[in-house]
Amino acid sequence: MLSRVAERLYWMARYIERAENIARMTEAFHLLALDMPRTETLSWRGLVAVSGLDAIFEEHYQREDERNCVKFLLADTYNPGSILSSLRAARENVRTTRDLVPTAAWEIVNELYIFARDNVDAAIGKRGRFEFLTSIVGRCQMLTGMLAGGMSHDAAYDFIRLGRNLERTDMATRQIDVGAIKLLSRKDTPEPYEGLLWTSVLRSQSGFQMYRQHVRRRITGPDVVRFLLQDLAFPRAVAHAINQSQIAISNLPRNATPLRYAMQARRHALDADVDKLIASDGLHDFMDQLQLDIAQLHGAIAGCWFPQAFDDKPTTVENVTPTA
Amino acid sequence: MSIDWKAYDPRPFFDELIAAPGQPRIAARTLTDYLASLDDAEIRSRKQAAELAIIEMGISFTVYSEGENIDRAWPFDIIPRVIPRKEWDVVQAGLVQRLSALNMFIDDIYNGQRIVRDKVVPEYVFANSRNFRKQCVGHSPPYGVWAHICGSDLVRDGSGTFYVLEDNLRVPSGVSYMLENRQVTKRVFPEIFENSNILPVDEYTTQLFDMLASISPRPLDYPKVAVLTPGIFNSAYFEHSFLAQRMGAQLVEGADLVVEDDDCVYMRTIDGLERVDVIYRRIDDEFMDPEAFRADSMLGVPGLLRAWRAGNVGLANAPGSGVADDKVIYTFVPAMIKYYLDQDPIIPNVPTWLCTGEKEREHVIAHLDELVVKPANESGGYGMLVGPHSTKKQRAEFAELIRKDPRNYIAQPTLDLSVAPTLCDDGLEPRHLDLRPFILQGVRTDVTAGGLTRVAMKKGSLVVNSSQGGGSKDTWIVDEEA
Repeated sequence: MLSRVAERLYWMARYIERAENIARMTEAFHLLALDMPRTETLSWRGLVAVSGLDAIFEEHYQREDERNCVKFLLADTYNPGSILSSLRAARENVRTTRDLVPTAAWEIVNELYIFARDNVDAAIGKRGRFEFLTSIVGRCQMLTGMLAGGMSHDAAYDFIRLGRNLERTDMATRQIDVGAIKLLSRKDTPEPYEGLLWTSVLRSQSGFQMYRQHVRRRITGPDVVRFLLQDLAFPRAVAHAINQSQIAISNLPRNATPLRYAMQARRHALDADVDKLIASDGLHDFMDQLQLDIAQLHGAIAGCWFPQAFDDKPTTVENVTPTA
Repeated sequence: MSIDWKAYDPRPFFDELIAAPGQPRIAARTLTDYLASLDDAEIRSRKQAAELAIIEMGISFTVYSEGENIDRAWPFDIIPRVIPRKEWDVVQAGLVQRLSALNMFIDDIYNGQRIVRDKVVPEYVFANSRNFRKQCVGHSPPYGVWAHICGSDLVRDGSGTFYVLEDNLRVPSGVSYMLENRQVTKRVFPEIFENSNILPVDEYTTQLFDMLASISPRPLDYPKVAVLTPGIFNSAYFEHSFLAQRMGAQLVEGADLVVEDDDCVYMRTIDGLERVDVIYRRIDDEFMDPEAFRADSMLGVPGLLRAWRAGNVGLANAPGSGVADDKVIYTFVPAMIKYYLDQDPIIPNVPTWLCTGEKEREHVIAHLDELVVKPANESGGYGMLVGPHSTKKQRAEFAELIRKDPRNYIAQPTLDLSVAPTLCDDGLEPRHLDLRPFILQGVRTDVTAGGLTRVAMKKGSLVVNSSQGGGSKDTWIVDEEA
């Protein structure tokens, strides 16, 4: 399989997953906002912070109101992480790898992009938002399901799996980092709403129901963090996603370096003592470290299998100094 | 209100479906009867279904406009064009004959030029040809075949006779649309396929793969075949990826390939470098290899020609094939058929005036208002003058151009191109069309069952190119005896 194609499939999966995550997160926040009493003001800006795109937002907007934040996350084409940009990028990547993915997958991605482009305006206002976001999530999952059930689970599929799970890990760590840390350190939130806020964090990862089934306890901060970080069975938990990446990597040729980084990241996630980290205010630094692990893993994948592997200059793997 | 064939009048042109008002041709009768059984709303809804299918299937072509590339939905007319099989068998034989002679000609031109020494073709026509590649002299690819894939444009005149208008031997495109048109038509009119004998077109990609495999330098069961594309911004990118997908071949860009010191071509893969045996290249000669041709090309693969000359990789079409894709050379094809095969041409050429002789040149210039003038080396319908639709100023410009560079222009009479019923805003109307069948030559020769019918959607227009507002139709070869 061509290195260039491997790279494009990987990014196609990342972009689809990114669009799905943004949709899910915005939807959860949207529902939360409807539940909160009028005296409690939610900062929509927090959503922008999760996506890590503050700088671009500030460049284009002065007001951090709901409309601007939602427009930025869903529709703005100058935001490379918006739903529309992600879907367009995903479509470009499939368009250039159409010889490898099932025709039906191209059709889904193509329709998905056209749907988003034609309907996103309705989602900027409150009324059409829920329907739009639900539809985006549903269509993204349709693609995932179509690939799982209609594409040979070969190297091409492993790169798709890698992209999807790395993006998931990336998103989950951000959710925990920005969402959870803010909540854990906020002393002014009235008690009754804490549960509501944690529920929303779980919903952002579609984890509410699964958490209920598996944790079976009152919803508390440390339990939610532990679930999203270390649960091996929940597909959007960090540990599960890294595990999946590791399996995909072990199927691919010449995999020693990426495999090492994947195992390292997995160990870091599973070995963490969440209560201790929260008690010592160390959770933020820990999540930073985990994100670095993921960045290194990405670098190792690129340096091993993507076109840059053939460059004469040393690849990114050697340029990143492994820490810890 | 349903279609009334008595009200449809194609005269004075030859119509592909209708012999005279109210009289469908025999091979088209199943189709015309069926269409007449549908009411207006039903026909509109079929048209919409086709448009939706085209968007959903992502059938598109790219046009470069106002500084950016736009992906447009493929323009398609749902009413098929029908050709009786008996008639098609003759055309098919004519196409095989023609490509055989053309390949013998190319091989001769690069190896001894017997045809020039025997004074059948004068030396000047290729000595100054933009598509003659001196780098290819002395090389002879397997089976002596240079142009493995040829798309010849056929037209019918007012009497219904088929003529060859031109032969595309460089990187002819359109075959994927022929295949997709059939898919769309099957979705739109499944009922007709049940009740008629329409020859299938799907075998093309298998034949293409087999042909490519037959020119592999390594005798393997599964040679590595790659389709080399200039990339997503090329107008035919859809087709490149489509063909690669259907053949199970790798779709590669220049940067994916590398020629190593052993003069073999390799792909950059996740397993490291992997040898490539055959490349179906969809990049023009000049951009193919910056080492041999244009040094500024970013699309090509340095050393590709070296690898081909060393016999380590098969290239289709072979570099230099374009020498026969020239409208001046075209005028000599009937002579070539006689010379190499000792046969009479089965399909005639459109009568063509060269401009190199003074007498012919002055005739052309004096009759510019009746003639179509074409540059010898352009494709896509660019840079031509359609006399009857031209202004005085345009004619003066062309007279000047022809006098300056007579070798580079040819002139043909304005043909009464045939028409076929086409679904327009106000119902069915006759529109002009042509036909591009595809011929594959390797160890054996195959011709598509029909080809790509292109139709000028504008009333009275003769320009069928999709880049200039043309559309397309599914083409049915119907076996009325089966």
